[in-house]
Formats: sequence, structure tokens, C-alpha cells
Amino acid sequence: MLKIIVLIKQVPDIERVRFDVETGRIDRSSAPAEINPFDLNALEAAVQIKEKVGGFITALSMGPMQALSSLRDAMARGADDAILLEDRRFAGADTLATSNTLAAAIRKIGPYDIILCGEKTVDGDTGQVGAEVAQLLEIPHVYYVSRIVNVSGNSITVVSETEDASYVLETGFPVLVSVTRDVNKPRLPTLKSKMKAMKSEVKIWHAEDLSGFLDLDKAGYAGSPTWVHKVVVQREKTRQVRIYRQVEDGIQELMRLLESKGLI
Amino acid sequence: MEGKGSGGKVLVVAELRGEAIHPVTFELLGKGREIVEHTGGELWSVVFGSNVDKAKASELIYYGADRVFLFNDPVFSSLNTMVYAHNLTRLCREEKPDIILIGATCFGRSLGPRVAAARETGLTADCIDLRIDENGELIQIRPAFVGNILAYIKTKTKPVMSTVRYKVMRAREKDKSRSGLIIEKTAEKSFQDRIRLVGEAIPKKLNIADAEIIVAGGRGLGSAEGFRLLGELASLLGGVVGSSRPPVDDGWIRKEHQVGYSGSIVKPRLYIACGISGSPQHLFGMKDAETIIAINSDPSAPIFRVADYGIVGDLYQIIPLMVKEIKARRSGLG
Ligand SMILES: Cc1cc2nc3c(=O)[nH]c(=O)nc-3n(C[C@H](O)[C@H](O)[C@H](O)COP(=O)(O)OP(=O)(O)OC[C@H]3O[C@@H](n4cnc5c(N)ncnc54)[C@H](O)[C@@H]3O)c2cc1C
Ligand SMILES: Nc1ncnc2c1ncn2[C@@H]1O[C@H](COP(=O)(O)O)[C@@H](O)[C@H]1O
Repeated sequence: MLKIIVLIKQVPDIERVRFDVETGRIDRSSAPAEINPFDLNALEAAVQIKEKVGGFITALSMGPMQALSSLRDAMARGADDAILLEDRRFAGADTLATSNTLAAAIRKIGPYDIILCGEKTVDGDTGQVGAEVAQLLEIPHVYYVSRIVNVSGNSITVVSETEDASYVLETGFPVLVSVTRDVNKPRLPTLKSKMKAMKSEVKIWHAEDLSGFLDLDKAGYAGSPTWVHKVVVQREKTRQVRIYRQVEDGIQELMRLLESKGLI
Repeated sequence: MEGKGSGGKVLVVAELRGEAIHPVTFELLGKGREIVEHTGGELWSVVFGSNVDKAKASELIYYGADRVFLFNDPVFSSLNTMVYAHNLTRLCREEKPDIILIGATCFGRSLGPRVAAARETGLTADCIDLRIDENGELIQIRPAFVGNILAYIKTKTKPVMSTVRYKVMRAREKDKSRSGLIIEKTAEKSFQDRIRLVGEAIPKKLNIADAEIIVAGGRGLGSAEGFRLLGELASLLGGVVGSSRPPVDDGWIRKEHQVGYSGSIVKPRLYIACGISGSPQHLFGMKDAETIIAINSDPSAPIFRVADYGIVGDLYQIIPLMVKEIKARRSGLG
């Protein structure tokens, strides 16, 4: 039975969240929170691996208390266990501090075979946490996985993408695998699984619970080497848009453009 | 960097694609020179390969490096990022660069975080600009929230590490008269490599990130059929076909064609968006195209706000007319 850990972050629904155009601040209350879309693919991959060779899935998240709802959602979608890392001292973390905290919790969880995570989060948007966690745990990682070809009790074969080629890679355990949206189509939770998840308990670990595993100087805002110096609203490149409602006129103008670009 | 004028070493991590140095490396060297010329520091580069020689390393000097660390060892044919991370981490420990710049490519995004974690330092992802402020500190500028805002990020620890996007910085002209130092390093392999390549690498047919002309289609195409029409226009113009996400999700076209937040970032000379509404996630990938043409039946579609030219109408009427006009003009001239 494989022990699988899935890293999950709760994020605001990026298609609905509002920005204050003056300050560039994100109004998190303007949109519902959900599981980071890429992490849903990681969770679905875990569930498919479990279906194939058997396993136990732990969903792990660092975040505020509100993130409990996302972990419950993860249980409805197939996680067997869920842990929220919540503490004031974890807040304000950049990727390194986040990774330190997640890696500490993983060490506490104990032996594992596969850690799955998403390609990136839609709010942090760095894609760094996966490889940083792998480094801190001193295990290999495979990035940009678009397909899981095969999995057995002691190895996994995946397709890893780069800009100009795809590679079929096989590796033993433990390993961290970061997936893209192509890896699968996440299933929706069923009513029954939702009901069951409502009753299951999500564990909450505070700073004390990680003592012996985490140096608090390396967590949260205090442990974050990067800081946001300022935020500015992105000014779109101003373009002189010429709109043609008369198709014929538009085409004539485009032909002049293509000519000027040496394309005709 | 300790402050203005006090120097500072900027290390650019070169990326090899096959035998060639990837152009993002030259762009980083261009930016690196700008930084060291401002601070009075030195520009370094490091290259890892299983078949790199001094001639290849010299290229890095021609593009701006003062010193190149050359790792030539069969271990660098591995696809395990740990091999590169281990040696880069060691180099950092020994040589103590102040700033490390890495291309925000699949290779760099996989390598950077491991080295940052190993050195317990900050890493800023996907920078689109780097500046030195009045205190001589590096400001790293990156888009956040799907490009809606720009975050200016500073790093408290050393080295300051950034991954930088391809095609946002400018490379200097290659200058073969430049000279510099090439230092050969011995690779270390201190762990078991459990990652094994099965079969051969499968090369991708399309490199949309480098395309000069892209004719892209969205949900407005209505079916996979529409891409045949776009393909005709694209090949007439010597370009390639791009896509928004819905056609990829619906299986009309392969993922390699997808432009945007979860696809490729492109910067072509010409981008023709057909039946694409212009969502923030799509704009994220193409808004820096030199010229944008939008064809959409809905005059209020947001894509018209970022386009240079817009035609309001049915793409199934407009594209065939364009194809016809181009052919007519060409035969008229020829
Ligand atoms: C995490 C995340 C990542 C994402 N990543 C990406 C990404 O990488 N790339 C991406 O594109 N999207 C991405 N999206 C999806 C994005 O939010 C939009 O849903 C998507 O871009 C819309 O695609 P579209 O413009 O083709 O479709 P629509 O928004 O449906 O627009 C179709 C347009 O076609 C026009 N039209 C219809 N018929 C015709 C006709 N006959 N002639 C002319 N015009 C016509 C319509 O007026 C409309 O404007 C992502 C979303 C999320 C949440
Ligand atoms: N706070 C967090 N809690 C759990 N997992 C996280 C957290 N932040 C990031 N991750 C995981 O790391 C991946 C990459 O995140 P990021 O580096 O923030 O883009 C995400 O898709 C998640 O799987």
C-alpha cells in the first residue's frame, strides 16, 4: 500500500476575485475560496494511483482556518486523511518558509512513497514549493508531469514535459511529482462522499505540534527571505485600437499591415 | 551586493538545449552586464553539460560574461535535477555570488527552487524586470494574479536568486573580441540517481514560444474544423496555429498550441486572435505581441481592448476573405 501525500492550497477563485485598481490589493472576500485548480489534478492523480495499486492519501495544507473547508473538500474527493498546518507564526510565508513548514510536517507524518503537488498556485504562482520541499526532504522530484503511465508498489513511470520534448521517466520511491492540468480530469465529489467528508475530522497542527521538526525562525513572515517591497497595478501596453465594423474596410487595412510587415 | 560601487558578483546559469546554448542565457547575460556596469561588479556564468568545451564556454564570454565556470561531465546527461542542483549549490558555497539569474524555463524552474532551498535563500519566480535601487539592492519585478498586478520583490538573504522569463530582457550583440576567464570544475555526484529515461525523448513538433507569427483560435471556432481554416492562413503567412484553452480542453487541438496562463507565453511579431474573448488568462500569454489583430463577432469582447486592429464580424466570413486577398495580391505581384 503506497503512502501518498498531496499538497493542497486554498486560493481565491481567480476568475472572480476583485482587485483594488488603486492599491493593487486583492480583495479576498470578493470571491469564494477553493482548492487551487492545479492541486485538484494532483489529488485526482493520487486517487487514481490508489485505485490502481492501493494506497493511503493524506492531504496536507498550510493556511488559515478557512482552509479547513478545502481539506474537507479534498476528503470528499478521495483523501483518507487531512492535515491543516495553522498558526499565526506560519502566516506571511514566502515559498521557502512555506516549504520549510510543509517539509517539517511531512517528516512528522513519517514514511511516504509519493508526494504530489500542483504545477503552481494561482495566487502565489511560483511553482517553487514542490521542488523546495523535495530538496528539504532530500528526495528527487519530477516536474511538469502530464501523464502517469504506470505505477507499481515500488516505482512510478510518468511523462515529464519541457518546452521542446517529452520524456518518459521511471523512478523509485520516495519521489515528489508535480503535475500539470493535462494529467487528468478531476472528478467531482459525489453527494455520498461529501456527506462522509462532512463527518470526517481534519487534523489541525499548530507550531507546537511541529516542535522537533520545525525551526520557527524558518517559518512564516520571520522566516521568509523575500518580501514584497511594493505592488503596482499593471498598466496595459497602450495600443491605438482601430476597430472595423465593415469587414471589407478591415481586410483592406489588414492587407496594408501585412504588406508593411513584409508578409505579403 | 554590499552597495553601490562596491561590486558584487552576478552569476548567470546557462541553459543548454541539446548542443546549443538557449537564447534566454544571452538575455540574462545582457541584463547581468547592465547590473554589473551599474554596481561595478563582475559577471559570471556557469554551464553544465556532458559535451561542452571551452569553445562553447567562450560564447558566454562573447555575450558578456567575465568569468565562466565550466562543468563538463557525463553526469550532466541525467534528467535528475538533483545533479545540477548539487553542483550549483556547491559552486555557490565556494564562490559566493551575490545574485543568481536563471531562465524561467522548465529547466530553470525545476533547478532554481532546489538551490534556493539548499542555500536557504529567497527565489523570485518569473521576473520580467530587474533593477538596482538607490541602496544598491536588487528589485525583482514579477507579474502576480494573472498579470493584473506587478509585485516588486526584495530578498534579505544572499545570494538573491531570480528566475527570469524568456524574451523580456535584451541580449547584447555577440562580441568576439571580449575576453574572460574559463574555469574548469569537476562535477560531484554524491547520490544515487534513481530517475531513469525510458526510451527516447519525444521531440515536440511545435515551439510556439519562438513563433514569429501566430494565428490563434478560441471557443468561437465552434469546432475542430475551424483550425483547418486558421492553419491555411497561418501557413500562408509562414506562421503557426495557436489556441485558447477551451479548444484544447475539448480536444480540438493539441495542448502544445495553447497560449496563456497554463499554456505558453508567446511574443510574436503578429498575433491574430480569432473567436477569442480575451480573458485575463489568455492575455497573460500574448499581450506583449508586437502587433495584435482581433477578429470577434462581439464588439464588446475584451480582446479589442488590447488589440491594434480589430474586425467585428464572423471569422468564418473574414478568414477566407483574408486568405483570398493574400493569394490575389501575391499572384498580382508575382
Ligand atoms: C487556472 C486557470 C488557467 C487558465 N489558463 C488558460 C490559458 O492558459 N489559456 C487560455 O486561453 N485560457 C486559460 N484559462 C481559461 C480562461 O479563463 C478562459 O475561460 C478562456 O481563455 C476563454 O477562451 P475563449 O476566449 O476561446 O472562449 P470564450 O471566452 O467563450 O470566447 C469565445 C469568443 O468567440 C467569439 N465568437 C463566437 N463565434 C464567433 C464567430 N463565428 N466569429 C468570430 N467570433 C466569434 C465570441 O464573441 C467570444 O468572444 C484558464 C483558467 C483558469 C482558471
Ligand atoms: N500553503 C500551502 N499548503 C500546501 N501546499 C502548498 C502550499 N503552497 C503551495 N503548495 C503546493 O505547492 C504547489 C506549487 O505552489 P507555488 O510554488 O505556490 O506556485 C501547489 O500547487 C501546491 O501543491
